Formats: sequence, C-alpha cells, structure tokens
Amino acid sequence: MIERIQVERSSRASRFLAVVGLFLLGLLIAAPLFGNRSILYLLVEIFVYIALASLWNLLAGYTGLVSIGQQAFVGLGGYSLFALTIFTGMPPLVAVLVAGIISALFAIPTGFVVFRFKGAYFAIGSWVVAEVYRLTFAQVSALGGGSGTSLPVEIVRHIANSRAERDSVIYWTGLAIVVGVLMVIYLILRSRWGLALTAIRDSEAAAESVGVDNYRTKFLIYFLAAGATGSIGALISLQKLRISPDAAFSVNDWTAFVIFIVVIGGIGRMEGPFIGTILFFILREFFADLGSWYLMFLGLFAIVTMLIMPKGIAGWLAERFDLQIFPLGRRIILPKGKQIAFSQFDTSETSERRSTTKVNDD
Amino acid sequence: MPVKLLETRGLIAFYGDFQALFGIDFQIESGETIAVIGSNGAGKSTFLKSLVGLVRTKAETISFDGQAIWGKPAYRIIDQGISLVPEGRRLFPSLTVEENLSIGAYSRRKGPWDLEAVYTVFPVLKEKRTLPGTALSGGQQQMAALGRALMANPKLLLCDEISLGLAPIVIREIYEQLERITANETTVILVEQDVKQAMTVADRVYCFREGRVVLEGRPTELGREQITKAYFGV
Amino acid sequence: MDLAATLLDGVLLGGLYALFAAGLSLIFGVMRLVNIAHGDLILLSAFVALTVTTYFRIHPLFSLLLVVPLMAILGYALQRAVFNRTLGEDILPPLLVSFGLSVFLQNALLQIFRADSQRLHAGPLETWHIDLPFGITMGALPFLMFIVAVLVIGGLQLLLYRTALGRALRAVSDDGEIAQLMGINNAHLYGVAMAISLAVVSVAGVFLGIRANFDPSIGPTRLIFAFEAIIIGGLGDLWGTLAGGVILGVAQTLGGRINPGYQILAGHLVFLAILTVRPQGFFPRTR
Repeated sequence: MIERIQVERSSRASRFLAVVGLFLLGLLIAAPLFGNRSILYLLVEIFVYIALASLWNLLAGYTGLVSIGQQAFVGLGGYSLFALTIFTGMPPLVAVLVAGIISALFAIPTGFVVFRFKGAYFAIGSWVVAEVYRLTFAQVSALGGGSGTSLPVEIVRHIANSRAERDSVIYWTGLAIVVGVLMVIYLILRSRWGLALTAIRDSEAAAESVGVDNYRTKFLIYFLAAGATGSIGALISLQKLRISPDAAFSVNDWTAFVIFIVVIGGIGRMEGPFIGTILFFILREFFADLGSWYLMFLGLFAIVTMLIMPKGIAGWLAERFDLQIFPLGRRIILPKGKQIAFSQFDTSETSERRSTTKVNDD
Repeated sequence: MPVKLLETRGLIAFYGDFQALFGIDFQIESGETIAVIGSNGAGKSTFLKSLVGLVRTKAETISFDGQAIWGKPAYRIIDQGISLVPEGRRLFPSLTVEENLSIGAYSRRKGPWDLEAVYTVFPVLKEKRTLPGTALSGGQQQMAALGRALMANPKLLLCDEISLGLAPIVIREIYEQLERITANETTVILVEQDVKQAMTVADRVYCFREGRVVLEGRPTELGREQITKAYFGV
Repeated sequence: MDLAATLLDGVLLGGLYALFAAGLSLIFGVMRLVNIAHGDLILLSAFVALTVTTYFRIHPLFSLLLVVPLMAILGYALQRAVFNRTLGEDILPPLLVSFGLSVFLQNALLQIFRADSQRLHAGPLETWHIDLPFGITMGALPFLMFIVAVLVIGGLQLLLYRTALGRALRAVSDDGEIAQLMGINNAHLYGVAMAISLAVVSVAGVFLGIRANFDPSIGPTRLIFAFEAIIIGGLGDLWGTLAGGVILGVAQTLGGRINPGYQILAGHLVFLAILTVRPQGFFPRTR
C-alpha cells in the first residue's frame, strides 16, 4: 500500500517569523511619524543595501551571473532621474519608476555584449561596461560632466513642500522599493523559475538537457535586476540631491560593499542579504572612522569567510539549525511523522564535493 | 620466494557520497600479472584509482612494497613506483607525443625505461613524436599512454581498460607488447572487460561485482560457467 | 608626422599592456583562475619598488633585482595559502576571494602610502630619445619597455615550450587529475605558476611607475587593460596578447589625440566593438 507523502513548503518557524515580519513592516511604515531625519535617512540606506544585495544575490547566487558591474545601472538610474526631472519636468517619484524602465532598456544592449563572456570573464566584462558608462557620462556637460551636478531647487520642492514631508516621501518610496524587490525575488524563487535558476547554477548542461533555456532565462533575470537597480539608483541620487559620475558609478559603494554583504551574509540564500546588511551597518557604526582600516578589514573578512564559511552566516545557520526564514525549501513529511527536509537551494554536495583534482594543501 | 608487492584489506571507496567499493581484500606478488574483470560499474576502475590515491578511500591497510600508502597524495604514490594507464588514454592535448612520454618521467625514477626504450617497443610513436598527443589513432594513443606510464619505471603497472574502443588486431598487438613488458619483471594489474584477452595474460584473476570481490583464482582453475556466474551474478 | 608619432606611442604603450596581461594570461591558462587583484598587485610592485629605490637609493631598474624575487615569493605563498583552497568547479570562491584581496590591497596601500601620486624616477633615461626617419622621435624608455615586453613574452614561451617545468605547467592546465599521475604535485605547481605571474607583474609594476604617476587606486583599471589586451588578442596565446596590447594601446593614443579625456574610453569602446564583432579575438589558440 502506498501511503500519501506530504510536501510542506513552510515550517512552523517560518510561519511564525512571517507574522513577526508583518508586524515589523507595520512599524516601518509608521516610522516617519516618530522617527527623526537621520534615522529615516539611515533606514533608506539600509533599504537600498538590502535591495541591492538581494538583487546581486539573485544574479550571482541563484543565476550564476557574477557581475561586478551593477553600478552601471545604479548610475544609469541616477542620471536618468536627473535628466528626466531637469529636462522634461517629470515628477520625481514618477521619474524613479521611469528611470528603472530606462535602465532595464539599457540592459538589453549591455547584456548582449557581456553575455558573450562566461564565468569570471563575465565579471570583468560587466565592470568594463560600467566604466564605459561612467566615462561617457563624465563627458556629458549638460549633466555636470566630470564633477556632476545638484538637483535644482524647483525639482526638490516638487517632491513635497516641506523638508519633513520630503523625508517621509523619499522614505516611503525606499520602503516600497525594497518591499517590492523582495516580493518579486521571493515569488520568482518560489516558482518553477526558481528551480530553473538553481538548475542553471548547478549545471548549465544538465539544465539545458531538461529544457531550460539558459540564455533567455539568464537574460531575463539580468534585465529585471537592471531595472530594479536603476530605480534604486534613482532613489539614491534623489536622496542625495546630487549626482556625479564617480559617486553614481562607484564600484566601492554599489558593488564592493554589496558583494561583501552577500558573501558574509550568505550567498544563495534569501536571508543572506538581510544578515549581511545588518552586520555591515553595525560594523560601519563602529569602525567607519577608521577609513582604510575598515575597508581592509572588510576585504579580509570576505576572504576568510569565503575560505572557511563559503555559505556565509545564513548558510551556516541553515545547515546547523535547519533555520530558514523565507520558506523556499520543500520538506517531505513521511507517514509516521518522520521528516526529511530538502532545502531547495542546498548545494552542500556540489560545493563541498571534492573535485577529482584534489589539491593537497597545507 | 614470492614477495607480496601490494596488499589491500577492507578497501572502501567513495565518489562524493556514493560508495563504490565495499571492502576489497586484494594482494599481488612481485612479477605477477593479475586481471581484474567485471561488468560496467563493478568498481574495477575505482579500485585502480584508489590504489594511486585519486579517490577518497578508507581501508584497514593499503600497503605497497612494505610501506603503508593509504592517505598519501597521488604524486607521492607515483614516486614510490605505481603507475596508472588511465581509462580513455587521457594523453595531454597540449603536449606532443614525445612530450607526453617525457612527462611520464617527471618523477625521475631510475630504471630500464627511457624514450629510446619506449620507441623500440612502439616504433610508430617515434615516427609521430612531434605530433600533438591527440592526433594519433586510438591504438597509437593507447601505446603512447602505456609508454608514458612506463617512463616512470614503475614497480607496479596498472592498466585500466586498455582495449576499450580498439580494433581486435590492435588489441592483440598491444597485448603482445604488454607480454614483452611484463616479462621484464614489471608487476601488472589489468582491468579488462575483454575477459578472454585478460585470461590469456593473467597469472591470477579477480572478479568484481557491485564493488565487491566475488571470485578469485588462477585462469586454469576457474571454469567458464563459474566466471560467468560471478561476473553477472546470476 | 603627428599621426605616426601617435601610432608609435600606441604601439609602445601596447608593450606595457602586454606586460600587464601576460601574468594574468598565464594563470588563467594553467588553473582557470581570474585574479581580480591582479591590477592591485601591479601597484603593490610599484610601491615596493618605490620603497626599495628610496631606501637603497638605487635606480628603479636595479630595484627589479629585489622586487622580482620578493613578488615571486609572495605569489607562491599567496597561491598555496589562499588561492589553492578556492580552486575547484565553482567560479565564485576564487572570484570573491581575489576581489576581497583587491579591496584589501588597495586600502592597505592607501594606509601605508596615502593617496598621493608617486613616481619612480629613472634619471636621464627619461629624456633620452632616438631619432627616427620622417622626423619622429621615439622615447628610449617606451622603446625599452616594449623590448622588455617582447623579451618577457618570449621568455615565457620558451619556458612553457622548451623546459620540463613548462611541460608540467601545460600538462596541469590540460588535465589536473592525470598530471598527478605523472608525479606532479599540483598544489606546488600552481604556486610556481603564480610566482612566475607575479614576477612578470612586478616588472610591469616597475615600468608603470617609471612611465606615469601612480597611486593605490589605479589598480583596477590596470586589470581592465590587461583583460582587454587578452580578449582582443585571443585567449591562449601570449604573442596574441602582445598584439592585443598593441591594438589597445593604439586605440587609446588615437582616442587621446582627439581629446585627452577620451583616451581610456576609446580603448574600452574599441574593445567592446571587437568583442561584439569577433568575440574570439584576433589570434585565438584553438585547442
């Protein structure tokens, strides 16, 4: 007699955490009512990094596209916002959205070029393209050329009348963006698409053999990520009220930090960017005045994490305590109550598998 | 007096989490030629790879020439005098035929085998020595792979399916050379799917099935039916 | 003729770019490792040379006697202690580790040497020039740089194709598993490859420092130039990399002629154009 086996998507722990999350969201929505200016500013920064990190995680951790060039779209988004508001008088909040669309459109020719590369060369190629954008925009004098420009006062007033209102508006926009980005990522990963991505990441040949169109899938994800990154970039420049090529296209700010967040937080897991961002901001609170020491430390931290804890903190938690916040796995419940958990994206075998070229080392 | 050259007891081997060998007890004496036969997936190749340290293993012992070699990295085991002619030849595509042979001597072990000696046994390799390794026919590549392994002057030569994909006449030629080579006091373990061919050169035979030894003995003492039963498990 | 002078400049600059690229190409060939910190290691060499020339009061070219072995030893240690642990089928670990190293190096250099522009002074060598027909003068230094690049690449080719070590390196790059069966210690050989790579990098770093002002932040751009030279030339062939460097150099100097601000951008655009039209580069080695 074949007994029915149940497949459970979420555990009791994750359902509980979902309730906690909703409560937290409520608090965040209400924040402008009791938070002061610098707290709101900080929160927007946190939202920005969680969103950027989640997108980079989607690209690298799930789709296998390791890009060191996402800053291209941050900058594109920022410059689109400035161009749209200054030259067409578009309302800034609408421009944030449109900037995202423009970035996504730019991702098409960009992707066409960089997708000629594979693996590590894709990474450098994406960086080259970002540099091209940076150098090109530095030549556009209408937007300030190499030294950049500030957002004109009339446009700033267009956001909202009082400064307090402006802070709230920008804050809510940031919150909306990060929630939106996370929701879309979650839905993608939870769907059949998510399985396709894992398949591609684990073995492109095998994925193709079961009918996954690697190129199109990867391109689509790249396209979506670029669009979202563009909107985020627009928001960043909007909050700063200023733009310059070096700031908008900064590898350090929009890629290096993001990579560190994802690597230390846990690549290939949705919880990773959260843990990483929180850790990042705590570290920044305490050590940022140390300037280069701080960055040296981050670099070292990333190296060491990659060597001894390649799945990051989230990965370690998942393995050690079977702890997942975002219910993305599938748990098989056998009759008689025994459980076998198959984490959907658990590739402990593939990454820890000793390659047959064993490098015997110290 | 026969000297035990290699012995394994309780050899267990894994590919990742998949267990391929379940406790192999095996021994070979100096000068012997042993054939390891069995169907696909029986663990024969894994056994050879285990001996040279290319696969993750556990064992009570693996001892070679009086020394325990379990856990040693592959390059040290080669230094001690075990050479493997790998399945599928696996010549280096970026190297010429002669370079492929020369690199076989990387471990610089002393002995009768050098380029001239190999060219004497396989003259066709001398003709083609400046061609890339992969420009040779299957049979010639097999000769090159064999020559490459011999260049290390091994005490123990492991041959993994050297007849695979070759025409019968080529196989015969290679086995003829192999007999000349083994007459030279080299100890050989042959993994073969071609049971008949293996039996003609072997002093003893081991039959593997599903990662275990199911039969062992001299070709003359083992009957056809006995072998078939062990091979297929029916 | 002005144009001819610009072209000559570009060709000679290409020698420097080929030097940047040769080390990167070698380790990619041997172990499929793309070292994001490559450019920063070039800068590290320049700063080490700066320290050595200041402390011992010697000419930068003499400092090579010390800098090259130092960087080679560093390369070996780096490979065995760090990069060997990342090698395998997943591309993420080596990429992320080398990225972390890049950030670490840049900031360590910033911390020690500050952000000031530095220069290695080559004395009278800097002003020597050779008079060529058609009224073109060629700087002795750029010419020397190009010759050195040719010699280094020639030397690497000799090493790879005429020595036992080179044979072993090629074997390991073909098939790491079977290379072990030859008695090759892969871990050690990867270390040697990285040592050679950094030796070449150090030569590049010294010439970089002589040729132009440098500071800790310009590492990543050097990596990009190296990368572009390799791709334009085609993967797998060092002479192709030299050609790639020359093409890149010429593209840059021509662009710079139109407008100094366009120099680097011109190089990038030519690179992207070639990539789009001929992705395998001009002289790919087919395996």
